Amino acid sequence: MDNFFDLNIPFAEIDRVDGKAKVTGKADYVAEHDLPNLTYGVLVGSTIANGTVTAIDTKSAERAPGVLAVITHLNAPKVPGYEEGENPAKGRTGGGGLKIFNDNRIRFNGQPIALVVADTFERATYAASLIKAQYNKEAPHTSLADAIKNDKPIEGDNYKEAVRGEKDAWKTAPVKVEGTYIMPIQVHNPMELHATIARWDGDDKVTVWEKTQGVVSTQQSIANAFKLEQKNVQVYAPYVGGGFGSALRTWPHAIAAVMAAKKLGRPVKLVLTRPQMFMLVGYRPEAIQHISIGATPDGKIVGMRHDAYAVTSNYENFNEGLVAQTKQLYACANLATKYNIYPMNLSTPTWMRGPGEATGSFPLECALDELSYALNLDPIELRKRNYAETDPENGKPYSSKFLREAYDLGAEKFGWKGRKPQPRSMEEDGWLVGYGMSSGMFGAFRGEGRVRLKFSGDGMLTIQSAVSDSGPGTATAMTRIASDAMGLPVNKVNFELGNSAFPPGPTQGGSSTTSTLGTTVSMACDSLKKKLVELLKTQESEIALADVQFAQGEMRLKNGKSISYTDALKAANLPSIELTESSGRNPEMQKYSAYSYSVHFVRVKVHPLTGVVRIDKVVSAGDAGRIISEKTAASQMKGGAVGGIGGALMEEGVIDHRYGRWVNNNFADYHVPVHADVPDVEVVFVNKPDPVLNPNGSKGMGEIALIGFAAAVANAVYHATGKRIRELPITPDKVLL
Amino acid sequence: MNSHTENDPCCGGQSRRSFLKRSTATAAILAAPPVLVRAAEKKLDEQGAEYFEKLPLKIEVNGKPFSLSVEPRVTLLDLLREQLHLTGTKKGCDYGQCGACTVHVDGQRVLSCLSLAGMQDGKKITTIEGLASGDDLHPLQEAFIRHDGFQCGYCTPGQIMSAVACIKEGHAGSDAEIREYMSGNICRCGAYPNIVDAIREVAQKGGVK
Repeated sequence: MDNFFDLNIPFAEIDRVDGKAKVTGKADYVAEHDLPNLTYGVLVGSTIANGTVTAIDTKSAERAPGVLAVITHLNAPKVPGYEEGENPAKGRTGGGGLKIFNDNRIRFNGQPIALVVADTFERATYAASLIKAQYNKEAPHTSLADAIKNDKPIEGDNYKEAVRGEKDAWKTAPVKVEGTYIMPIQVHNPMELHATIARWDGDDKVTVWEKTQGVVSTQQSIANAFKLEQKNVQVYAPYVGGGFGSALRTWPHAIAAVMAAKKLGRPVKLVLTRPQMFMLVGYRPEAIQHISIGATPDGKIVGMRHDAYAVTSNYENFNEGLVAQTKQLYACANLATKYNIYPMNLSTPTWMRGPGEATGSFPLECALDELSYALNLDPIELRKRNYAETDPENGKPYSSKFLREAYDLGAEKFGWKGRKPQPRSMEEDGWLVGYGMSSGMFGAFRGEGRVRLKFSGDGMLTIQSAVSDSGPGTATAMTRIASDAMGLPVNKVNFELGNSAFPPGPTQGGSSTTSTLGTTVSMACDSLKKKLVELLKTQESEIALADVQFAQGEMRLKNGKSISYTDALKAANLPSIELTESSGRNPEMQKYSAYSYSVHFVRVKVHPLTGVVRIDKVVSAGDAGRIISEKTAASQMKGGAVGGIGGALMEEGVIDHRYGRWVNNNFADYHVPVHADVPDVEVVFVNKPDPVLNPNGSKGMGEIALIGFAAAVANAVYHATGKRIRELPITPDKVLL
Repeated sequence: MNSHTENDPCCGGQSRRSFLKRSTATAAILAAPPVLVRAAEKKLDEQGAEYFEKLPLKIEVNGKPFSLSVEPRVTLLDLLREQLHLTGTKKGCDYGQCGACTVHVDGQRVLSCLSLAGMQDGKKITTIEGLASGDDLHPLQEAFIRHDGFQCGYCTPGQIMSAVACIKEGHAGSDAEIREYMSGNICRCGAYPNIVDAIREVAQKGGVK
């Protein structure tokens, strides 16, 4: 594929293009669309985790002022897609899983048993409190530790032991480390509550405002569930207030809102409460992992074994790459991994930032750290001695890999040299000081995207795609790419998204949006250039595209002449140029393995008397290819570090296993980092283009920002205290006891 | 159970009427005067309830006076978002735990989700929509853009309203102080370092209106 411009020229920094809307309150998120005749839906959750509903009394709720409908499994309209097999809306972001109000079976605590719709939010909320259910209770199963002891994991190809080389090689190595690591449930908790507004426009058409990271996948899910033509489902998601994975699929509450709107013949707005956000839109599954590494005395890894055990729901198998990074990050000939999942009385987990790898990197990168002490080697040096020059799984070359550069850049910026190698050897103001680092990796992808482009006589370039932006800055990155490609000022480029009527864009997940859609935008700009040059042919003969420079809104020819794009349009009597462009996977990539990399450096202070851990300094270094939008990219890396601080020090979903009930499903009890928990975070990028993956040289970044971070903190706490903490979060009790 | 709601969407009226009818039957018109029963039959009680169950409320929002009638249980947050359509103020938890709903009431930062609308009579409310003067952004709004003090933008109005107050209160003297006094505003995207940069810059310039 052609490169459209010199990959070594960095992009100029720009402000976020939707910044003004976001700081003035004009950005309109899902629940903020006002419609005539709007009604309000409130979900009622089960109070048991396992069993059946034997009776449900909705009379008082129905009689309460303003109530328009109460929907339960007893009267719910049929969802036609539910009739077909297990998973009516297929695909990784499908609307399958729990069939809401389909039967009386309770599979997890908080499972919706009723939807109350009223004319105001207050009336719906009050009426919801009047619903009384009776249950036939069965014993809840929510403890992973108990399941590992008593039950068998789910069987299938995904869960078979994978062996490379000799399975038990680690056992006979001269230096060995082993450990069991525990990571609790973590919950995405984007600040915007998940919400759906549904309005039927006739019998076979519905318009849905939905918090989604995938406009097209939501459209497909709803079309599949209600057996509608895809084009008859209109989805809007102009602004998405965070997701981190929770908005990667269309959840049952969205189906309930669409169902209720049909039953009532009026639009329904359904906003989850914060406690419901813990139970109904996924979470990072709890995992218990055992890892063993064997090495030679000079620090060459001989063999590894990684066993991972995680939870899923009892109605859907949720899989992610817990052992993927162990297979990939280091050159190691002998390896065995096994991934196990157990069905629980929990709702289905879902991908949460750095899915799988974020969990798997915790034992791997802590074990590497432990090995570095056993070998008396610097942790970075140990990693470099086991650097994978080619993919250890298949021997393929990497499309690009600048992890070594990331180690060095990060170490330099952080001041790693100042670390005294001995644990518990550094102190400041009565606090123990520790330095820790770790690395992370995540696949670099490129999928299919489509855009519509219009260049108008007034000089505006408008590009549209049905993609959404949960925060990383899709429109900013696309604007940056188009502005650079066309030589147009940023304010002459308008990237529009969040509307399913636009050409289908990718789902914003797996760190792939910029790679995928950036390619489409680049190609669309290239097509626009060709069309502009064609316009010139009426005036100038024989102009090759390569001989035209596109800068400052004009075409500059070799003969010294120049003509602005708008003048070229005018001369040809054209009001505008419009085109659509699509791009797909790069077939060239079959020859390569492609990954993005991060290295996290953390300095902690540990209070020896109270066990309090404070994070004092953070440097995150990234190899994410060529950086398209430096400011938003740095923000994304900082955000990953903040998420990492949460996972390392405070985030823990607690379930009372006696009842299978959430204990801390709110922000007062489930702690996330606040301002006072977060120091200045410095970010440094290698910023070297990947020459293969896409024409812009970019790789993904969203996941690597977080992957490995928890291990860096745990490693720093070990360095500060001499205590290896293998269970997250690292709370004072664990530091002291 | 459905026919009821389908035939008569206004279940509240039904409920009150049933009560009144029951009382006529059982108490032989001891208490309920016939006029009340007739009112119930004609659904006039619902209109009466509308009158008696709502509180009059006069407030000023972003310099604009409003004369309203609200149910006592309506929060200031829901009043702003659902009735006045000022959706810049965000609902992140509805429990006073996240700060997304921060507004100014008579110049003080307040969590609007924990404030009942009916208790704001005579008060002056400022929301994010009232911070800029026309196209002239408040210095903190500009600084948030410049320092990229957000990603998804959902917590941003609350962060900015809190930040304006934080500086005005004299709590922006150092990074540590800013962090302490901004800790009631959660940002899940993790824009904290950039937010602190923005607040520090504005505080140092003394540029608060």
